Amino acid sequence: MRQSRAIDVSTGLFVLLGLTAIVFLVTQITNREVSWRDESYRLTAQFENIGGLKAGAPVSMSGVTIGRVESIGYDMNQFKAVVTLRIDAAYDRIPNDSDASIYTAGLLGGQYVGITPGNSEDAYRDGDTVEFVQDAIVLEKLISKYLFSQAGKDKEAAPAAQE
Amino acid sequence: MGLLGEMLRDLRDFLARLGAMTRFFGQVLVQSPSALLRPRLVVEQVYNTGALSLIIIMTCGLFVGMVLGLQGHDLLERFGSEEALGVGAALSLLKELGPVVTALLFAGRAGTALASELGLMRATDQLSAMEIMAVDPMRRVVVPRFLGGAIAMPLLTAVFIVIALFGVQLVGVQFLGIDQGSFWSQMRGAVELSDVNEGLIKGVTFGIACSLIAVFEGYNAEPTAEGVGRATTRTVVISAVVTLVLDYILTALML
Repeated sequence: MRQSRAIDVSTGLFVLLGLTAIVFLVTQITNREVSWRDESYRLTAQFENIGGLKAGAPVSMSGVTIGRVESIGYDMNQFKAVVTLRIDAAYDRIPNDSDASIYTAGLLGGQYVGITPGNSEDAYRDGDTVEFVQDAIVLEKLISKYLFSQAGKDKEAAPAAQE
Repeated sequence: MGLLGEMLRDLRDFLARLGAMTRFFGQVLVQSPSALLRPRLVVEQVYNTGALSLIIIMTCGLFVGMVLGLQGHDLLERFGSEEALGVGAALSLLKELGPVVTALLFAGRAGTALASELGLMRATDQLSAMEIMAVDPMRRVVVPRFLGGAIAMPLLTAVFIVIALFGVQLVGVQFLGIDQGSFWSQMRGAVELSDVNEGLIKGVTFGIACSLIAVFEGYNAEPTAEGVGRATTRTVVISAVVTLVLDYILTALML
């Protein structure tokens, strides 16, 4: 009986260790923040183009992470991407004319949503929509714009050179 | 012609064995719920296959992580991005190294123990004696061992990965001087929950496969000293091959 008791205890310890390891992997290694109470509020923003933004990306103000991108959907009526932002309840005095932009962290880093505060006296509340937005910058668009403007210049320059 | 005939016979033997194993798996699955009526037997096997394998899993995990830290640092230093060591190590451990190395160690430590124990029971007629006493050896001996192994393996995988990450951190941050903050924050930024799930799914699958192979080979061992030895060897070899093949299939499915 004593021996089987010892087996029970070590098995229990082993299982506990294994489960702790799984919990550690889920909460500490991933970008998922597990909180027991949901003390945050949600804002939505509509973008023409979100680039490579993904759910779970940080929402930051002046570089400080104040929340996460909760979900990304598509509005079939307005043909725009709908991004839901979950903002931590500690940051509850963001002026309600602040704008949201999609930036890229570093040259190869992931994309995030940056919020620049406005001047309004009133603050955003749960469920509000961010009106002023700036889309993600798509590199191909920039390059093609540059190339076409160059091509236009060349055509203008060519007849001038012939004269 | 002789060679061709031999190959055909080998193929037939292989198919017969595969079929027998599938049937065995079905029987084990059918009997599995009844094992829950006697959880003590399963707990004992979780202890045998899991808790007793813990030391070797933790030691190997630490060294796998430390080697990963050294090699990863050496490679990333060439591109000037040592801070990405955390991301690379975490992803490779979660998705590949953790489950696969744990499964190979598990087959070597726990699989052989299961196979030789069952083989010896077969060789010393203990299984036949049980049948005479109207005790179903499938239910009393095989199913608890299978379930114990299948439960222990994912837990061992998680422990292995955590210890290995600690090893990476030890070498990368403590010895080679990577900044601790960017090591962890880059890791957290890049690793998704689905990556953790992938590792755990692989752990569960390999656990089922390795436990099944071990109890099948042991239960069907020839009742001789040589037969028990052969069953043990086959357990390790087949487990290793099946683990790596399954790993490819699972990776292709989940990528």
